[in-house]
Amino acid sequence: MASSELEQEEIRPPQPPGFLQWIRENLFSSIFNSVLTVVLLPVVVFIIYQVLVWVLFQANWKAVTQFPLLYTVGQYPRDQLWRVGFIFSGMILMLGISWGRWGGLLRSITLAAGGLLLVVAILPVQHAELTLNMRLYLVSNIALALVGYLIGKKIPIKSYLIFAAWFLIPIIGVILLAGFESSTLIPPVQTTQWGGLLVTFLLAAGGIVLSFPLGVALAFGRRSSLPVVSAFSTVFIEVIRGVPLVTILFMFSIILALFLPAESRIDRLVRALMAVTVFSAAYSAENVRGGLQSVPLGQIEAAKALGMSNFKTTIFIVLPQALRAVLPAIVGQFISLFKDTTLVVIIGINDFLGIGRSIINSDPEFVQLRTEVYLFMALVYWIFSYLMSLASRRIESAMGVESNL
Amino acid sequence: MNNEPIIKCRGVHKWYGDFHAIKGVDIDVYEGEVIVIFGPSGSGKSTFIRTINRLEEHQQGTIIVDGTELSHDVRNIEKIRTETGMVFQQFNLFPHLTVMQNITLAPIWVRNWPRVKAEAKAMELLEMVGIPEQAQKFPGNLSGGQQQRVAIARALAMEPKIMLFDEPTSALDPEMIKEVLDAMIDLAKSGMTMIVVTHEMGFAREVADRMYFFDEGKIIETGTPDEIYRNPQEDRTKLFLSQILQH
Ligand SMILES: Nc1ncnc2c1ncn2[C@@H]1O[C@H](COP(=O)(O)OP(=O)(O)O)[C@@H](O)[C@H]1O
Ligand SMILES: [Mg+2]
Repeated sequence: MASSELEQEEIRPPQPPGFLQWIRENLFSSIFNSVLTVVLLPVVVFIIYQVLVWVLFQANWKAVTQFPLLYTVGQYPRDQLWRVGFIFSGMILMLGISWGRWGGLLRSITLAAGGLLLVVAILPVQHAELTLNMRLYLVSNIALALVGYLIGKKIPIKSYLIFAAWFLIPIIGVILLAGFESSTLIPPVQTTQWGGLLVTFLLAAGGIVLSFPLGVALAFGRRSSLPVVSAFSTVFIEVIRGVPLVTILFMFSIILALFLPAESRIDRLVRALMAVTVFSAAYSAENVRGGLQSVPLGQIEAAKALGMSNFKTTIFIVLPQALRAVLPAIVGQFISLFKDTTLVVIIGINDFLGIGRSIINSDPEFVQLRTEVYLFMALVYWIFSYLMSLASRRIESAMGVESNL
Repeated sequence: MNNEPIIKCRGVHKWYGDFHAIKGVDIDVYEGEVIVIFGPSGSGKSTFIRTINRLEEHQQGTIIVDGTELSHDVRNIEKIRTETGMVFQQFNLFPHLTVMQNITLAPIWVRNWPRVKAEAKAMELLEMVGIPEQAQKFPGNLSGGQQQRVAIARALAMEPKIMLFDEPTSALDPEMIKEVLDAMIDLAKSGMTMIVVTHEMGFAREVADRMYFFDEGKIIETGTPDEIYRNPQEDRTKLFLSQILQH
């Protein structure tokens, strides 16, 4: 009887610790820890209290709330806003579809985006830019996300089609935003009028998508047995990595224009994108090279022994393993690229940060409110950077299940 | 049996820098034969077996595999590799692919088989080596013995004419050696041409047609398992056999 009770006791799974126990184990586990807790806890509470009081009662968020359109699209002509809306809705739909297909983090992102749209749409304030039409548009995007979710859930769409759509939308988007000389439906809009988050996202997404393959190519180039290729790749990587991004931006925005004939002037935004791409590619190349070196020789021999050519061995065996090994480093690289796009301000492009600064400088009253504006912008950059690192951790752990060889 | 050997090596030499690893090896292997190579560590067994599918390049002599001479011609090399399966001591399965993908990769991308055909063949081979239920797992989740049987299935999926084994059981825990040897014995009895580097004397006794004793990059002695075990001629062979047969 007693022994069977004992066994019952033993086979019970360990209980998660209760609240009090958690506090004891984590905050008061030793004398030193207890002293730290007693001293620091009031300090932390005091700071949080002060920040909340400031945010809610003392700060003046006028310079942030008054210009939502400036922050998102810059000077993009207000009568052509439907183009931006069209692309935004396309992405919301894709987000819904991806959520339905894969769930996970995409679910949280979609729900958070939907929640934000809803809050903005029903804000009980008078606002010049938050017209009834705008509110209806925002709400209809929530519906669109849900429609996407159902589509992704119910219809077995091939994964690569979803990926292809994600790639196509920004490309179609840029064409739509730029418009055509001859068109009356979508007349051209100069990129000098583009701005805000729109430009920040374009530069970051474009930079990531373009710099990654270039980086992989450079990594292979550096290991190439052809001296010309390897010398070119090495010089390219080392020169770019040895120069600040600011310098490269100036090079592309000014010096490139000097060399090219006037009529073949490349658009300012495109030149900025080229600079960001080249810069990021050099760093990606070094990351990828580290990954390539980490693939054991036995893997390559096994592939060769099966009759696979060098090319197929690279595509199917070496590259997937190399990229998996350096995924965190590559995502880190993308996050810094996202933040580095702020530097385009100095060549006169009004990205998100640039818009914030020009709002501050547009009115002596707003100069006093610059703390609020910078805090707001910092928060926005942090949210997107954090999302990227969350996504990378999810992908890593999904792949980690398979990697315990 | 065909009169022309399927593998014909004449005066094969191999140097690593200044180090002379293979010093003139002559071997003929006929179709359906099982050859066992044994010898002390560092005697050049791996180096030699790897010259046959050109994972190592020999610098002197000729190697002719199924009528094709190994040379610098990449097409010849890839042709010989598709006809020659290899099983490694460390398995070398692809960790990022499932067992099924490991086996079907080369048939689909080198032999250009349709996926359905490749997968049917893969299941057939997994049945043969006794682990059909592991098809959707990743190599990291299998035991060493299971991984090595997957590696055998992966090599066989290309329908090779020759199978090379380089110490396939040396990295395995003792209780897993038998399951791998059993799969190899089945294969030998089905008529596959095999060159096996191994010290598993039970395996050699059961299926080997001929054995070669390697030392310092040279063949010291050759004979049937019976001749080698009962009546070795060379002192070095006797010494080595007494060392490995002690336990
Ligand atoms: N890549 C290499 N570079 C230099 N020496 C090598 C290399 N591979 C093997 N060797 C040398 O060649 C000799 C034979 O090696 P190996 O064929 O692996 O022997 P075995 O398989 O019989 O143990 C050893 O002395 C080893 O140190
Ligand atoms: Mg060896």
